[in-house]
Amino acid sequence: MIWNEEFETLPREALEALQLKRLKNLVERVYAAVPYYRKKMEEAGVRPGDIRELKDLRRLPFTTKEDLRLNYPFGLFAVPFEKVVRIHASSGTTGKPTVVGYTKSDIDSWAELMARTLSCGGAHKGDIVHNAYGYGLFTGGLGAHYGAERLGAAVIPISGGNSKRQIMIMQDFGSTVLMCTPSYALNLADVMKDMNVDPKTLKLRVGLFGAEPWSEKMREEIEKRLNISAIDIFGLSEVMGPGVASECIEEKHGLHVFEDFFIPEIINPETGEPLPPGERGELVFTTLTKEAFPVIRYRTKDLSRLIPEPCRCGRTFYRMERITGRTDDMLIIRGVNVFPSQIEHVLMSIEGVEPHYQIIVDREGALDIVEVQVEVSEEIFSDEVKVLETLARRIEREIKDLLGISCKIKLVEPKTIQRSEGKAKRVIDNRKL
Amino acid sequence: MKVEQISIFLENKSGRLAEVAAVLAGAGINIRALSLADTTDFGILRLIVNDTGKAKQILKDNGFTVGRTEVIAVEVPDRPGGLAHILGVMKDQGINVEYMYAFVQRSGGNAVIIFRFDEIEKAIAALQKAGVVILKGEEVYAL
Ligand SMILES: [Zn+2]
Repeated sequence: MIWNEEFETLPREALEALQLKRLKNLVERVYAAVPYYRKKMEEAGVRPGDIRELKDLRRLPFTTKEDLRLNYPFGLFAVPFEKVVRIHASSGTTGKPTVVGYTKSDIDSWAELMARTLSCGGAHKGDIVHNAYGYGLFTGGLGAHYGAERLGAAVIPISGGNSKRQIMIMQDFGSTVLMCTPSYALNLADVMKDMNVDPKTLKLRVGLFGAEPWSEKMREEIEKRLNISAIDIFGLSEVMGPGVASECIEEKHGLHVFEDFFIPEIINPETGEPLPPGERGELVFTTLTKEAFPVIRYRTKDLSRLIPEPCRCGRTFYRMERITGRTDDMLIIRGVNVFPSQIEHVLMSIEGVEPHYQIIVDREGALDIVEVQVEVSEEIFSDEVKVLETLARRIEREIKDLLGISCKIKLVEPKTIQRSEGKAKRVIDNRKL
Repeated sequence: MKVEQISIFLENKSGRLAEVAAVLAGAGINIRALSLADTTDFGILRLIVNDTGKAKQILKDNGFTVGRTEVIAVEVPDRPGGLAHILGVMKDQGINVEYMYAFVQRSGGNAVIIFRFDEIEKAIAALQKAGVVILKGEEVYAL
């Protein structure tokens, strides 16, 4: 069901008129209120009055994580501090976190966006939403929570961790919608298996998964093992949190970007040039309505492409293809660009191979050495050495065929690869470059 | 005629074998025979125990990947040429021995050897025809 028929099905022309109006207003607000943005615009030789059409967006400078870091913690807030009602932060991999703020109106928009997301994924009033996204500084928990309340569903604010208790509550409370990271969904499936809980006896119907990249194969795995429909949702705290884009249950192909709130662009990550719809590159967002923490052309480092073709669900918003990698977790191995998702794809195309793997990169002399650790499931295990060795060689060959790199497959015992209750750590790069 | 064997996937990390032994001992399971096949990366531990079902479950509960295979246990006369005779029968029939290992206990003065064949039914028939003594499962678990 479409939560907000009026906006989500706007004809393209009306949508673009609305975007332009909001964009002009955004640039004026930011220029007036944030010295740092004003300075960047002046350096780029652009003033608010120069934004006359939507395509003038490309005249504005990009915003990067580095800009956010330089203004830690509140330097890019665009409203007087007494208007800020909420602060979130995302853990930085190095040093200080990225801090974002929300006004009352921002929180209200966010609830609207997450209600749309839930609705897009097939949830509705009367559902019991099992919200296993972490509550706290992370935007996932509270973002999903407010959206579920706005939708009129009953939220179980269970947060992450303690999987056995989560499953007991699913059984006893009759949770119908699951929200968590996709790797945590697989962790729940593992624990259910250990507890001898048959997912068919649960009331779960749909899961909305995000906050980390995952693959089509992983979706199949989750859908099969949890007996649900799995939906990919997207967001990032710098732009809003969850609620930036969502797949519709009708197509499950590409995530509708809520374009009345955000303008997506795809750029060439090396040159910064905007690419035409359909081409693959780095995803960039401009927030149109955010008050406390607006961003202009924020570079996400996520790789995607826009799908401009109409969708049968009736939403007119462009879809973005599921994230296929990040510009910065792209591994360069012996000069070849490799994304962990490509290796995952190979593994999951082999019957019985567990989606639990880890890629370890080392450097011996001048040579990059790649080891992929794969857990041995009961399905692929054999009492004969040659069967397991043949399997390992087959995976090596398929990775070589697809990616053009040689790697070594190491078979490991189940559950030796760290099962995160949050984001899965897929790559360990030990190279000192 | 067949004997059930369990196999366990082990990474080549120190202490894993000891853990398997401890888990089984804790459940009161006796190991009747064992063999470890290892490569540089991993090992496969094969066991004949007195209670296969219970052993498999307890190991699974402790996070090991466990398989179950059928093998046969053959009495090998304790004299020169005893083993050569058995292997000769297999060769003549074109049956592959995937692996074999010896039992610790003897059966009435004879050695007992566990064989894993690619074609188990064919192997049983050939051995019986050649007059080789094949032990029953219950006999083996109780040795
Ligand atoms: Zn759609």
